[in-house]
Amino acid sequence: MSTTIDDEVSAETPQQPTKKQRRAANIADAASGGLKMLLVKLLMLGLVDAIAIYGVIILASAEQWLVAAIVAVVAVIVNWIYFSRRKLPAKYLAPGVIFLVVFQVFVLVYTGYIAFTNYGTGHNGSKEQAVSSLMASSLQRVEDSPTYPVTVVDQGGTLGLLVTDPDGEALLGTNDAPLAPVDAEMDGDKAVAVDGWTTLQFGEVVTRTDEITALAVPFSDDPNDGALRTPDGSSAYLYLSNLEYDEAAGTMTNLDTGTVYSDIGTGAFTSDSGEELLPGWQIVVGFDNFVRAVTDERLAGPLVYVTLWTFAFALISVASTFFLGLFLAIVFNDMRMKGRKYYRVLMILPYAIPSFLSALIWAGMMNESFGFINQVLFGGASIPWLTDPVLAKFSVLLVNLWLGFPYMFLVCTGALQSIPEELQEAATVDGARPWAVFRLIKLPLLLVSVAPLLIASFAFNFNNFNVIYMLTDGGPRDSNAPIPVGFTDILISMVYKVAFTGQTRDYGLASAYSIIIFVIVAVISVIAFRRTKSLEELN
Amino acid sequence: MAAQQPVPGTQTGLVIGEAEEFADASTRASVSIARDGRGGGAGRELPRKPFNFRRWFFATGWRHVVGVVMVVFSLFPIVFVISSSLNPHGTLTGSNALFSAIGLDSYVRILTDPQVPFLTWFGNTLMIAGITAVLTVFLGALAAYSFSRMRFTGRRFGLISIVVVQMFPQLLAVVAIFLLMSAIGDWFPAIGLNTHIGLIMVYLGGALGVNTYLMYGFFNTVPASIDEAAKIDGAGHARIFFTIILRLVAPILAVVALLSFIASVNEFVVASVLLIDTDKQTLAVGLTKLVSNPRYADWSAFSAGAVIAALPVVALFLFLQKYIVGGLTAGAVK
Repeated sequence: MSTTIDDEVSAETPQQPTKKQRRAANIADAASGGLKMLLVKLLMLGLVDAIAIYGVIILASAEQWLVAAIVAVVAVIVNWIYFSRRKLPAKYLAPGVIFLVVFQVFVLVYTGYIAFTNYGTGHNGSKEQAVSSLMASSLQRVEDSPTYPVTVVDQGGTLGLLVTDPDGEALLGTNDAPLAPVDAEMDGDKAVAVDGWTTLQFGEVVTRTDEITALAVPFSDDPNDGALRTPDGSSAYLYLSNLEYDEAAGTMTNLDTGTVYSDIGTGAFTSDSGEELLPGWQIVVGFDNFVRAVTDERLAGPLVYVTLWTFAFALISVASTFFLGLFLAIVFNDMRMKGRKYYRVLMILPYAIPSFLSALIWAGMMNESFGFINQVLFGGASIPWLTDPVLAKFSVLLVNLWLGFPYMFLVCTGALQSIPEELQEAATVDGARPWAVFRLIKLPLLLVSVAPLLIASFAFNFNNFNVIYMLTDGGPRDSNAPIPVGFTDILISMVYKVAFTGQTRDYGLASAYSIIIFVIVAVISVIAFRRTKSLEELN
Repeated sequence: MAAQQPVPGTQTGLVIGEAEEFADASTRASVSIARDGRGGGAGRELPRKPFNFRRWFFATGWRHVVGVVMVVFSLFPIVFVISSSLNPHGTLTGSNALFSAIGLDSYVRILTDPQVPFLTWFGNTLMIAGITAVLTVFLGALAAYSFSRMRFTGRRFGLISIVVVQMFPQLLAVVAIFLLMSAIGDWFPAIGLNTHIGLIMVYLGGALGVNTYLMYGFFNTVPASIDEAAKIDGAGHARIFFTIILRLVAPILAVVALLSFIASVNEFVVASVLLIDTDKQTLAVGLTKLVSNPRYADWSAFSAGAVIAALPVVALFLFLQKYIVGGLTAGAVK
């Protein structure tokens, strides 16, 4: 395990290499790839730099200064690493680490942040976005307002309205950009075209009617001024919101009913009677999501049984696959048995088939009324394999056993064969019975090598989303819970459902659940790895 | 049915009968027996004992019973799906009579159904999983090389933190990934939400992980003297890595590539969240949504799709089987 060499050019080693060593390293480097390698390196770095510069320009124009700065800094570091003669380990680690940091470490931290917000359906933007969205959704046409001749124009898929105001001036605006004066080409009194935008022809106007009627171009920066909308693509009318936004007081007033909705710090305008105007906006809610998850009775109940089932599922899956795999490994480890190769190939087929397919196939076979198992194996019985809370759990375990035993079989076979033959011979000479040889000598040795894999297998099954989701979809559904959770849901499938299915998506709560799972997994892993000390080998 | 099955085994029983003096029949025979058996045939004629079924059964016959039972357990879902895929016009119920009708109609249906862009899904899956596998192996091998061959401050910390970070699977952070990718999509639509590049990048976040660890173990088994010899001959680190080490560790690269390929083919959560358009989706997302759609009742067509989808993976698996077993075992006995 320790047949490694010490590389003289190491990243942070403080001691300076001697002049001779440096020269040797330089010669080696020069000999390494020569001009061709250098060219490739320059080309790659140039590509990286070009992409980085492009990214920084785009981000800067979007005024995302922080992100732009981060991109720039990373690009500089990458250049520094690859132009340096010293940072050898960094050269090999950098590409993977960049992806690791962005898509594992950063999203982990970000998950932590989301868990403390009310992010989700109705709360997925800033306050300004919520205000304009509320105003836009309550627009009503103003009676007797002037008619504005308009031309629909397009720029890279974004529709805009080219408006001629009663004074004959041309204005251009989109959903996001309020009307602003432009130099337009006039056809009589009506502005018909403008540079940089494509004027929609009649046919296009007809095919994109839905998009065009959904356009609401703000009249000005102040949402209270209303917006222009066109029902037909040729003339627009002024629409005013029946909500009035008072920025100073931070209140929304419904002009029809006179109800005042104010910002009381819950991320939505709320009336005195507690009625909320949605969409609201995203705020940091502190530990609310965690408190809700564990104290709200309708949420805490599911959390407890889902957690218990997750542990049961993972433990039983590991145990059942391991024992079946071990048993088979022992059975087929007999040299006298012919045809072992064929048995092995056939038995590892379940492992070779993508598990999402197997789970879907099993779901079909276990169908209560039409499935193969009920119809053929049980002669037409209607056993609710997937719809009864208890049987569904059994089915999930059975299918997971089917999916998982080949892996354990392979692993145990390998581990058994690596146990020296002499141990068995010595024990037999000493008069040990086969069972004793196995129990007292082989099993402990086997466990030493297999234990880390059992832990890994536990961790895998702890988050084994596919089997649960494809087979039962977590069902049967628990109708008492306010979130779409079922009796075979494990924690990870519950997170997915809370975040991405159903009418309301609750990213905050889902992230809080994720954090809870993080903590559980971390505690288990620390304990487990302490016990096996498998990391001892690293030095 | 088990009793008739071990026909090839009977042969075994006869051959093995030569070495029957070993009393502990139920335990695994030592290597020496196999060697004896092989050598015996070539050189001297061993006295043959008459075939004794009882003795044969307790030595190896019962193993065939276990084997047959397990093969039936392993294969019957596979047989079922192959049978129903060959059923020309089958619902779920219609598929229960195994091999009652044979035809390739359902394959034609799944490939041509305008509602189901199966081939697009298939292509997407192969492309995403393939590119991810190649890049994962490359990034992982780079990291494993530096961990295995260089000594630097933070090396141990790096190795441990890779293992630790991997304990939190990406699917737990799927909400954050979704929001991150939709933010990226606002600025760079080409690599953000609903793009294959975006999905591949997310998958590459896991490139350093268990895979690196597997490779690291294997890299360590390649003697460092090879590097040193190459260095003396004037090779630099890049040449050593690309032209020497990568060839010597090819088996583990194959294993990691395959494991990564299968993992991406199987991946549902991130793909279902990031890929919105039906035409962009992968098989896992598309087929799952298809089957869970109550209006879709063409089980035969789905089965045909499943068979087509499983074929390349199974073929790769069987082709690389030797390496996979070796790789898993190397992991097991490290």
